Amino acid sequence: MIDYLLTEEQVMIRDLCRQITEEKIKPVAAEYDKTGEFPWDVLKVIAQSDLFGVYIEEQYGGMGGGVMELCIATEEFSKGCGGIALGYSATALGTYPIILFGTEEQKKKYLPPIAKGEKLAAFGLTEPAAGSDASAIQTTAKKEGDHYILNGTKHFISNGGDAEIYTIIAMTDKSKGPRGASLFVVEKGTPGFTFGKKEDKMGIRASSTRELVFTDCKIPKENLLGKEGMGFIAAMRTFDQSRPGIGAQAVGIAQGALDAAVQYARERKQFGKAISTFQGIQWMLADMATQVEAARALVYASAREVDAGKKDVGKDSAMAKLFASDVAMKVSTDAVQIFGGYGYMREYPVEKFMRDAKITQIYEGTNQIQRNIIGLALIKDSAKK
Amino acid sequence: MNIIVCIKQVPDTTQVRINPETNTLIREGVQSIINPFDMYAIEEGVRLKERFGGKTTVITMGPPQAEAALREAISLGCDDAVLVSDRAFAGSDTLATGYTLSMTIKKIKDFDIIVCGKQASDGDTAQVGPGIAAHLDIAQVTCVRKIDEFKDNQLTVERMTEEGFEIIKTRLPCLMTVVKEINSPRIPSLKGKMRAKSAVIPTWKGKDIEAQEEHLGLIGSPTQVVKIFTPPPRPKGQIFEGDAEDSASKLVGILKGIL
Repeated sequence: MIDYLLTEEQVMIRDLCRQITEEKIKPVAAEYDKTGEFPWDVLKVIAQSDLFGVYIEEQYGGMGGGVMELCIATEEFSKGCGGIALGYSATALGTYPIILFGTEEQKKKYLPPIAKGEKLAAFGLTEPAAGSDASAIQTTAKKEGDHYILNGTKHFISNGGDAEIYTIIAMTDKSKGPRGASLFVVEKGTPGFTFGKKEDKMGIRASSTRELVFTDCKIPKENLLGKEGMGFIAAMRTFDQSRPGIGAQAVGIAQGALDAAVQYARERKQFGKAISTFQGIQWMLADMATQVEAARALVYASAREVDAGKKDVGKDSAMAKLFASDVAMKVSTDAVQIFGGYGYMREYPVEKFMRDAKITQIYEGTNQIQRNIIGLALIKDSAKK
Repeated sequence: MNIIVCIKQVPDTTQVRINPETNTLIREGVQSIINPFDMYAIEEGVRLKERFGGKTTVITMGPPQAEAALREAISLGCDDAVLVSDRAFAGSDTLATGYTLSMTIKKIKDFDIIVCGKQASDGDTAQVGPGIAAHLDIAQVTCVRKIDEFKDNQLTVERMTEEGFEIIKTRLPCLMTVVKEINSPRIPSLKGKMRAKSAVIPTWKGKDIEAQEEHLGLIGSPTQVVKIFTPPPRPKGQIFEGDAEDSASKLVGILKGIL
């Protein structure tokens, strides 16, 4: 692996996450994949190790790191299980709107329990009719006195049902289109807030994906994040920050698949030799390793850019997410190929990497949407010149 | 409640090989780890503090590099650490080690419970814990598998025996050695690791703990190692093929020959 000149603290985070992955995630990954249960026991270990707060400011109980620290942790956990890693990183996605747009009071209220790992968070944007077209949101938030009344359904929400704190996009003024969307914090247990169907997924099965149903759900007006009407922009800015995390998840899945493939190639004998002695296999492994490293470099670079406070990180973080997730799909598919028939069997770990990899090309903006973001930025930049 | 945990740094036994000519451990390139039983002692020491309040101090006697084991213990939740290290300690057997650690604990003074692992994976004697208690003249309970309750300055614990377990009530201060059934050691925390990195760990020498020289190191160790050897490998077993009656009579014949 290239030396990314991590700080002493970052190395500490990486090593600790690696230990958790080896001792607590790898032994249970296959079982959670089979049952689809939520991995509370593993998340509790992650919480006890203070890792839920790596990207949260110290004054709110975190470790004071940023997106880079979040990426390092997510990557390590994903080497063991992309699904368990999502329980961790989806909390970050739900938390970023509070970090970015929360008032001092909101941060003081919501961030400390998240940093301690006492409460998980989730982000609710997607609806049955609003996926890539986020402006088609139907959920409404009507202001009545000191409250907002929420009505509508969100679906495909990671950590749905298991999280305590939800950041939700709802329309406060439908007539204004995307400029009529606002962002709210809704806590589990609020009357009128229930959970619908739990999805039965192809991969990342250890994560929970569920419907959120709002029926005349009354929340205090203090739960509005930022201002009315800035919900859509807030969501886009949240994604700008969170996309490197999906890239990191993809890099972890790809690295996990590559490590398994290298080990298997050394053990598997055909024609009287280990298949690792065949140039055809070596070249495949070489390409896989090169792609993983390139993806990691892009993810780390974009994470560091976000942490440095650069403006307009959208294009770069879209590139990181796009490239890393395509690499994860390619590398995990090749890993299955190297395993041959065994690779197709549930008994071996690589088919899971392949199933887990697929979602990274789809969620937090499909890779087609990422290309839109990159393409539009290129044209915009060119027009400025 | 103040707790002292005694630990030992040992070679990672999963990596150890024996030099067949000298019959000694090949230590080169072998990583040092905290004695596995002591990991349970650390965990229990930290849990006691979390349950009843107070602080947990971890101590070890060993060469300067044993400080790494103490830092790991701090990352796992111990508050303070003391390294007891002196050339005069070299060659200590279990009696001298027990003495040295007991003098260290006397200097720390303020303690209610001492927790040790049942035994070390290198020497396997299980004597140092009880030795410390004897030197300090306090109660001891070995092979503790559960701490039930602490009431009226009395600790109720379960002690493992070969047949089952005993329930023992003891007054404090006391020393207990713990078995692996007692808990499942935690993974360090990030804050713990950071604290471990910057922790100032004092090194105490023989004179710091007011130890008497004649009880230290080789001079204070009545144990004499006459010979160390690797036991010869067990010869391969014999399997009788054929029907049961034939095999049985063959076996009886062989057994008669031995007797």
